[in-house]
Parts: sequence; C-alpha cells; structure tokens
Amino acid sequence: MTTFLLVIVVLPIAAVIWKSTGNGWAGFWEVVSSPQAVAALKLTLVISTLAVLTTAVFGTVIAWVLVRDSFRGKSVVNAIIDLPFALPTIVAGLVIMALYGPRTPLDVTIGSFHVDADVTFTRGAIYVALLFVTLPFVVRTVQPVLIELDRELEDAAKSLGAGGFTTFRRIVLPAILPGILSGVAMAFARAVGEIGAIVLIAGNLPFKTEVASIHLFYRIEQDPEGSAAIAVVLLAISFGVLLGIGGLRWFVTRHERG
Amino acid sequence: MGRLSLRVVALGYLTLILIGPLAMMVWRTAEDLDGAWAAITDPDTVAAFELTLKVAAIAVAVNTVFGIVCALVIVRGNIRGRGLLNAFIDLPLALSPVIVGFALIALYGVNGWFGWFQRNGFEILFATPGIVLATIFVTLPFVAREVVPTLREIGTEQEQAAQTLGASGWQTFWRITLPSIRWAVVYGVVLTTARAIGEFGAVALVSGNIAGQTQTATLRVEDAYQFAYGNYAPAYGISFVLAATAILILVLMIVLQPKGTRH
Amino acid sequence: MSISIRHITKRFDDFVALDDVSVDVAKGSLTALLGPSGSGKSTLLRIVAGLETADGGAVFIDEQDVTGRPPQKRGVGFVFQHYAAFKHMTVHDNVAFGLAIRKRPKAQIAERVNQLLRLVQLEGLAKRYPSQLSGGQRQRMGLARALAIDPAVLLLDEPFGALDARVRAELRDWLRRLHDETHTTTVIVTHDQEEAMEVADQVAVMSEGRIEQVGSPREVYEQPANEFVMTFVGQAHRLGDTFVRPHDLEVTLEPNGSTREVMIDRIVHFGFDVRLDLVDGDGERLSVQTTRDQAELLELGSGQIVYVRPTRATTFA
Repeated sequence: MTTFLLVIVVLPIAAVIWKSTGNGWAGFWEVVSSPQAVAALKLTLVISTLAVLTTAVFGTVIAWVLVRDSFRGKSVVNAIIDLPFALPTIVAGLVIMALYGPRTPLDVTIGSFHVDADVTFTRGAIYVALLFVTLPFVVRTVQPVLIELDRELEDAAKSLGAGGFTTFRRIVLPAILPGILSGVAMAFARAVGEIGAIVLIAGNLPFKTEVASIHLFYRIEQDPEGSAAIAVVLLAISFGVLLGIGGLRWFVTRHERG
Repeated sequence: MGRLSLRVVALGYLTLILIGPLAMMVWRTAEDLDGAWAAITDPDTVAAFELTLKVAAIAVAVNTVFGIVCALVIVRGNIRGRGLLNAFIDLPLALSPVIVGFALIALYGVNGWFGWFQRNGFEILFATPGIVLATIFVTLPFVAREVVPTLREIGTEQEQAAQTLGASGWQTFWRITLPSIRWAVVYGVVLTTARAIGEFGAVALVSGNIAGQTQTATLRVEDAYQFAYGNYAPAYGISFVLAATAILILVLMIVLQPKGTRH
Repeated sequence: MSISIRHITKRFDDFVALDDVSVDVAKGSLTALLGPSGSGKSTLLRIVAGLETADGGAVFIDEQDVTGRPPQKRGVGFVFQHYAAFKHMTVHDNVAFGLAIRKRPKAQIAERVNQLLRLVQLEGLAKRYPSQLSGGQRQRMGLARALAIDPAVLLLDEPFGALDARVRAELRDWLRRLHDETHTTTVIVTHDQEEAMEVADQVAVMSEGRIEQVGSPREVYEQPANEFVMTFVGQAHRLGDTFVRPHDLEVTLEPNGSTREVMIDRIVHFGFDVRLDLVDGDGERLSVQTTRDQAELLELGSGQIVYVRPTRATTFA
C-alpha cells in the first residue's frame, strides 16, 4: 500500500526526469546553458531570494504584531493573511495589477517628486507578485511558535538587565528561528515555481522579465526534451532548498533534542 | 522598537501588499458593473465556472479518500517507508505547477509512457480528464497534512477500546476513527477546494484552453485579460467572482480553525 | 471464567518485557499484577486482552486457548488508564457501544445502559459528553462500558493512575464492592502496593518481566519469597543479612543482648502512628514504626540514645 501511494506521488517526477535524458548529457547541458534559459533561471533565483527575505522580515513583524499586540480589527487582519492561500494565482496577479498596473491611481507628481506605481513589464512586478504570494508562509509558521513562547524567558532576560531589542535578538529570535526557516523554505519553493501571479503583470520579456517557470511554459510545445532539462534544474533547486533549509532547521534545533 | 511603530510597519506592509491591491480590484470591478456582469453571464464563462466546480468536486472526493488512507498509513502503518511517504506527500506543494503540467504531458502525451490512451481516442490531455488529473495532483497533500497530526494526537486507545468491545476493523474505522478526525478532514477539504479552484499553471498546459469546453475559470480570466483590447471589465468581473469565492472559503477556514486544527 | 497464563515471553527489539511468565487467576477472583514501571505488568495484561501478541507461550480463558484470537473475540472487558473515552459520543453511546456493535435491539440496549449507569452512579449524565465529566466519572463510564458486554474477564490497566489521591481511594473501595457484587474474574495492574493490598484476593508481584511471587496480600507481605518482594511490598530495612520491617523493631531504653545502639534523629507524628528516624554509630539510617502510646510511654525525644532489636526478621537464602 505504501509503495502504491509512493508511486502515485513520485511517478510524474520520474517521467520528467526520464524525458530530460532524451538528448543525453550534451543535449541537457546545451539547453540549460542557453542564454535565455540561464537568464530566466538567474532572474527566478535572484528575485525569489529577495522576495523571500523581504517576506521573512515583514512576515515576522506581522506575526509578532498579531500575537503580541491588540487593536480593533485584529482578527480581520489575521484572517486576511490567508487570502493569498485561498485566492487563485491568476486573480492574485490581477489584484496586484489593479494597484500596481497601468491604470494605477498611485501616479502622482509633486513638484519634482514623481511616484508611479505602475510596474508592469518590470522586474518590480515579479517582486511584488511574489511578496503577495509568499506572505502567509512565514506568518503562519512563526505565529504558533510565538504563541508557545514562554513569556517568562523574556521576563527573566529583562530582570537581568537586557533591553527590548537585546531580548529579542538573544532570546526570542533564536526560539522562533526554526519557524522562520520553515516558512522561508516553503515560501522559496513556492516563489521559484510561481506562474499564475506573474504571467499577467510581468509581460514575460525574455532576458528581462521572463522567469524560469514561464520560459518553461512556452518552451514545452516546441521542445519537450529541452524543457525537461530546465524542469529538472528547477526540481533540483526546489529539492536543494528544501534539504538545505531542513538541514539548517535541524542544526538550529539541535539543543532541543535530548 | 515601540509597539505602535511595529504595528504601523506591519499594517502598512499589509496595506501595500494585500489590502490595497484587493480594494483596488473591487473598485475596478465596480467601475463597470455592466461589463462585468455581461462577462460573468456569458455562456463560455458559465461553462468555465461549471468545469472548475466539476473538476474541484472530483479532486476533493479523490483526495479526501487518498488523504485519509495516507494519513492512516503514515501514522498507524507498520510498514517501512511510511516516513518516506510522509516526506514525499508534501512534494506537490514544492513543485511549480508548470512542472506538474509537464509531467502529465510526459506521462499521458502522445509520446508519453501512457501515451496509448491519447493515441487511441481516450483523450486525457486537452480534455477534462487531463484537467482533473492535474488538479488532483496539485491538491494531493492537503487532507493528509491536516489529518496526520490529528491522528497522532488522538492515539490508538479509543480504537483499542473499540476492539475489546467487539468492533471489527471496519466498524472501528467508521464509528471511532473517522468521527474523531472529522474536523481535520473538513478543514483539509476546504483547503483542497480553494487550491483546486485556483489552479492555473498545470491546467494551462494540459487543457488546450478551448473556450466553452476545456477552459476553467482561471484560464478564462487570463484569456479575458490577454484579449481585453482595453476593456478589462470581463477580466475583473470573473476575478471578482473567484475572489468572492476565495473569501467565502477564507471565512470557512476561520470558522473551522478552532475545532482542533494545527494553526 | 478462569485465566491461565502459560510461559509467556515478549520482546521489544532487545528489551525482554516478559520472561517465561506463568500465573493462574481463579474464576471470580480479583488478582492484582503489582510491580514497578517496566516490570511488564501492563504488557502482560494487554497480551491477555489480545492487544499485544506474545512471542511465546499461551493464554487460556475459561480453559480455552485464546492465544491466536483477536481482542474482539476474547470476551474481555478492558479499562484504560487514560479512559479511552469515545470523545465524540455521549456517555450513553459510549456505554452502549459494545451492544450497538452486536446489533442488539435499541430498547434492550437502553435498559442495560441505564442499569449500568445506575451501578456506576452516573445516572442523569447519560446525555453528557466525556469532556464534560471529571476524571473519576470518565473512568466509571469506562468501567460501565466494559461491563456492558458481560465480559468473561475484566482487565484494568492502572485504572486510577490518572486520578488524584482522594478520588483514587474512593474508586478503589468502590471497585472492591462492585467486584463483590458481580464476581467477574478481574485482573488489575497497579504499581501502588497499597492499592493491590486493599483491593485484591491474590497479588502477583512482578519485576523485570518475571513473576516474583503469587499469593494473598497477607502472604506476600508476611512471607515474601525474596528480597525484591519484601522491599517492594511494604517497607523493609536491611540489617546485615536480614530484613526487618519498621514495625517489627522493638525500642528499649537499655541495651539488651542483641540490641543496637542508635540515636533518635527525628520523631514524626502521623496521628496514631509515630515514626522514629534513627541513626546508628556508622551513620546508617533506620526507621521504626510505632504507636503514639508507645512513644509516650518511653518518653522518647529527639537526640535521645535508644536501643533497637528486631522482633521478627527474614533472611533469604
């Protein structure tokens, strides 16, 4: 039974990997090192990393505010966090377009100061889209850890003379780090694979705003074997990140194990 | 940092990234309600909604069973490899939808491992079955992930008690195990539904995107945007319906959360 | 229905949980499996119930070999330490479960359930859910549930372990009286020696997967088979090669032949009982259990030098 279930999950991946071997190593390498593919992969990695780091910082702040602060409407705010989970990605793309697209109301000029929030066809678009999509991941993994955190530890630190930020840095942060790392891992895997939220707003200009998933998307029709090669690279990145962060988590929590 | 300044930062970020765009989108839809309504009631759009719902229903049904079985194997199974299953079940979450779509083509396309079907008239790709398969795969983990911790927490004592009282394996499952995990299952179903309705990338690859036949609601939104020619009302209108559905699902999620789920 | 356990062995990887264990439980009796954690007593009970399978040996219930049978087919009622209440069912449905499974007619079930709820003093709570009951009430429900199927034998796995002291004492008493009424063959697992003594007809003392001694509570206390039994069941002091119980030490103000010289470190008053904490010349500590009257008679005080001698001592070969 377990094998049957495992097969269902693993079979599609196996098929992709198999397909990528269609042209042999040489063919594989040729596709993967083609300028457009490289550009797409580089863009994906760089922007995903930037977006995920941003989400990690702000997500933690938001989680903190949701757990430790109280204000009217907090429960509504808490609920909205899950919206990117529940919303179809293409709709997310459109939602972002509404504020950051061609007809954005945020287009003001005050003297020589000009703000135009229209980011269509720019890398900024991808960045914002990824921020939207990855938001819940860090918030939802940090919240439970923060809730469980024993306040007494912070009180002890304060009674020993530690100021607010020091307490955060030395007591709270180490405790919530595993939560942040989990969120980051999932967020990164999601960011690297995202297509729906990006496809409308980015414009998919090769070498400029074409991410790996979209490059792959358009390539599949014409060149299945080559596309498989790129897919395998994306797979490897996902696995690599998951393993890497898993390992980091394991390392960070080593003191908690017996 | 002061409490107030943190709050401002958090809420400010949320406004910029989440609330602002959402509000804007609702505004845009309201700007041309007629256009939006016309698009929503267009026969092809209705067909798209129907297809999305149909596919979602099938995916939910299949993955509920799959998820419960998986969870039972992972938590209660005696076979080696269940740890592996637990790790791998998260796989669809980490994969790009494009890869999922591609995998299905690799499997069921004319040149695929199971290409026999496509070649002999049992259309999987560019037809509903392909869409269903893609959606099933991307929504695979949700029910299992919710049920596993609940099953672990409950422990086996209730089931052992049932056994000593004479219940057979099946009776134990129906009367004791299933009721004790029901809220986890429901929550998992809600997540599955949201994801199934929202799927885009994988379905875009395998469906053929034929309006009125193999075009799901999400594909229709993209279609409406790409061919908007300045009139974005249809795209916003259909999006609004999907967003409203998502918010409904969100409300369900909040309502069900306290009933013993992990968050 | 008698229980016969023959040469049961059970291993968990390298750990030997049960090593050739044999014991008989007479029909209608209440036997306690008494021992410290890790002695194998729970494992043995679960093997009798069919919730675990033994690696070797056999279990007979009412002279029938049930070793290969699943728990459903053994006719055992099992009561769990943490109640194993069916949380999503009412008290009534919990108790009725075994009967509902057997497809008894509803009216019959309702009658039996009400009868049992009266027996365990939970009448009126039939519509409540386990989460609305106290620990003691949940355990009584567990008992009613197990009794509902008219089990051949009743097995209780540290049933009062999760309850606080007063409730434990009440339920202990109540269990004994229940047994006197129903005469169901019962086996109770406990690590609490007082509980075993109070409740059981027969005590089987276990340690490290083996049965050390089987006997009535009195036998096990007064004629312990070995050092383990003597020190586990009641208290005992080792004096050289012999073992003495604290209440078998006589205190005198003058030395007398085989007495030892000790100093009273502390006198603890437990109402009627008095415990004298003593220290001898080598710094060894000893305690004597005596009565308040005795202590007053001898006018004992802290710091005083007195002499002790065993009135009864046991030596093991």
